[in-house]
Amino acid sequence: MPTTQSHTIRKFDEELTELKTRVLSLGGLVEKAIASSMQALLQQDTALAEQTIERDKAINALEVQCDDLTRSILVRRQPAAGDLRFIISTIKVVTDLERMGDLAAGIAEGFLRLGELPGTPQAGLATMSEMVQAQVARALDALSRGDIDLAMEVIARDTAIDELYHSAYREMLTYMLENPRKISSYIILSNIAKNLERIGDHATNICEMVIYIIRGHDIRHVDHEAAAALLKEG
Amino acid sequence: MAPDSTNNPSQNNPKDASSGESQATVEQTSPTRDTPVIGISPHKKMRKPYLEPSPTASSRVEKAKVSVRGLNFFYGDKQALTDNTLDIAHGKVTAFIGPSGCGKSTHIRSYNRMYDLYKGQRAEGEILLDGVNILSPGVSSLELRHRIGMIFQRPTPFPMTVFDNVAYGLRLRGRIPRSDLAGRVEEALKGAALWNEVKDDLHKPGAHLSGGQQQRLCIARAIAVEPEVILMDEPCSALDPIATGKIEELIDEFRGRYTVVIVTHNMQQAARVSDYTAFFFMGRVIEFGETEEIFTNPREEQTEAYITGRFG
Amino acid sequence: MPNHIDTRRRVLTNRLVMGISTLSAMLGLAMLAWILGDVALKGIHAINWDFFTKLPPPPGETGGGLANAMLGTLLLTATAALIAVPFGVMAGTFLAEFGHGGRVAAVVRYVSDILVSAPSIVVGMCVYLLVVVPSGHFSGWAGALSLAVIMIPVVTRTTDEMLRLVPTEMREATLALGAPYWRMMLGVIYRAAAAGMTTGILLAVARVSGETAPLLFTALNSPYWLDGLNGPVANLTVTLFNYAMSPYDEWHTLAWGAALLITVSVLVLTGFSRIILGTRIR
Repeated sequence: MPTTQSHTIRKFDEELTELKTRVLSLGGLVEKAIASSMQALLQQDTALAEQTIERDKAINALEVQCDDLTRSILVRRQPAAGDLRFIISTIKVVTDLERMGDLAAGIAEGFLRLGELPGTPQAGLATMSEMVQAQVARALDALSRGDIDLAMEVIARDTAIDELYHSAYREMLTYMLENPRKISSYIILSNIAKNLERIGDHATNICEMVIYIIRGHDIRHVDHEAAAALLKEG
Repeated sequence: MAPDSTNNPSQNNPKDASSGESQATVEQTSPTRDTPVIGISPHKKMRKPYLEPSPTASSRVEKAKVSVRGLNFFYGDKQALTDNTLDIAHGKVTAFIGPSGCGKSTHIRSYNRMYDLYKGQRAEGEILLDGVNILSPGVSSLELRHRIGMIFQRPTPFPMTVFDNVAYGLRLRGRIPRSDLAGRVEEALKGAALWNEVKDDLHKPGAHLSGGQQQRLCIARAIAVEPEVILMDEPCSALDPIATGKIEELIDEFRGRYTVVIVTHNMQQAARVSDYTAFFFMGRVIEFGETEEIFTNPREEQTEAYITGRFG
Repeated sequence: MPNHIDTRRRVLTNRLVMGISTLSAMLGLAMLAWILGDVALKGIHAINWDFFTKLPPPPGETGGGLANAMLGTLLLTATAALIAVPFGVMAGTFLAEFGHGGRVAAVVRYVSDILVSAPSIVVGMCVYLLVVVPSGHFSGWAGALSLAVIMIPVVTRTTDEMLRLVPTEMREATLALGAPYWRMMLGVIYRAAAAGMTTGILLAVARVSGETAPLLFTALNSPYWLDGLNGPVANLTVTLFNYAMSPYDEWHTLAWGAALLITVSVLVLTGFSRIILGTRIR
């Protein structure tokens, strides 16, 4: 445990550790869902896509488990200060993770409706997918270690993903104009890109919660420079 | 400290004990993560050495009714309070929390100079009530106690009737016409939410009431003389939850009318009733601030440890 | 199982000890009943109207009573109480309220404890040497004084104890309302300790009303009606002592009557104090 002191009530410590473990396991499942949904799309693997959709149930189940434990800690332990911030944040992080799982499943569903890729734009999606996956991994690292520097880095990088999404979207529009018969396919593809962008947003949310847990500052609607300054002054 | 106990993210350690357990049930966690260390500890910000009061311990309150400056208190040779500095906000509820023997009670008992009663106890420093230092010898402790009421841990009904209990303080302040007295007793009992329960038993002994009623009787006795400040030294520690709830409700109603200072061992109670909270430890004010801030994001490690239940 | 044997042994030991204790208590009670019964049986013959209204008869004559002695005892006890109660209450107040850990208080407490257990004849001797000898004659005042000396430590210590039983919070709560110390004592603390203090006073009165030794050298005795406290004063206990030693049967009867009277008054006083303690303190 990173704390210099543990709770007088040892069971409380165990419950908090258990909750962290569950949240990180949920994060692991979500990471895997994102990776496999994009792999299914890029490698045209229908079976993998179906598997990904099926696995979303496990994510939902784990979300419920996390919430149960959170509720029980709230009711029985009346957490305060750092514990309280952790519990509040966990509720939000778990929701973010579950949404990320849904978005990944959405990507797999989109691919199944798409049938086959309508040509070349996969390259942009592949880059975006790599970036988003890296963001998610770093967000979960930041959460796991309570690393606010890493969290701030993830938040800063979200802009790059947004830009990538916008350029992919413009690209897709161009293809639609060139090839109107495939408009529906391109709409699906642009939705997939949108899902990736949203997953990135959720990763950012998680990082904001990391900062709240560690420092107690709510930087959700603060611009990045101001937030960084706030964190420096301690 | 957190960073030391955590491995570098590039050093993969997927078989770490705590994540291994969960792998059995939920497939696999991310291989780049080791022992989960989320949240729990905000230690990074805690650079301050143990026990040193924060320079901002006297946090900004809008309008101070009582200003304590560098208060030291001694039981004979033993120093019980060291350099206490804080402001009690006018018309607000301020809670003092901290482990037993940390000086909370000693601190508030110096506001009405209760220690005058005992040989060898003395206070140094300043306690300014509306700007006047009440520790200076020129201030009469009798007059001071007319302005500062106190409620104790155990209910202390006097050996007399309910009516005489409430009237006691009024009678101390000189002769009052019988009719006025009755009116003021009724008003005080209503103020303590006790009137409806005792209006037919005003001439029964105060000791015949239940514990919770006795404590409200003491509150009625205290507010009958319209003090400016009410000190409460663990007023609910001898009461059941319902009686406690009634007292807390009263404290809530006092907000704005009286300046209330409450010592409590029950942190949830401090969080429920107070606007400001001071955390005491070993005779020092470790942290003082708005209650919500103290209970969600305390600045000091000691405070964090105490209110999260990590006290050694 | 060994536990069983253990349990059985414990039960047996328990019963044995209970049996012995009960037996001892019964023995004590039996003694008391015997004494009381003996006094009552023999004393009852002396109790009649004359007993309460007449002077003692000259030796050898029948009839007469102990009216002068009863009056004298009442007066001596009352005077002693009037001296001892204010003095004892104030001394007790000093001990409980102002003597926290002080040397004076420690000495006062120690001295009262010695006085409580001092043989009453010693007290009588002292008063004899200090009052009777210098003044040249026995007197009721000297008798009342020696009774007061016996009462004072009892009243002092009970007041001390009873005041200290009043919770500190009661004092602090009173003072916290802005009450001066003396108003706190009079209005709240004495009231809270009243039952216990009254009990202490009644017990002290009961104790001295049965004392003989301190009166032997001070108030002495007298066969005549009361004539102020400046001369010897007739009293029940010394009369009882003298008459029991006398060779006359009539005086023996009167002595038994006096014994019964004293016993009954002490019982009544003790009973009273128990009732007060029982009803007021709770």
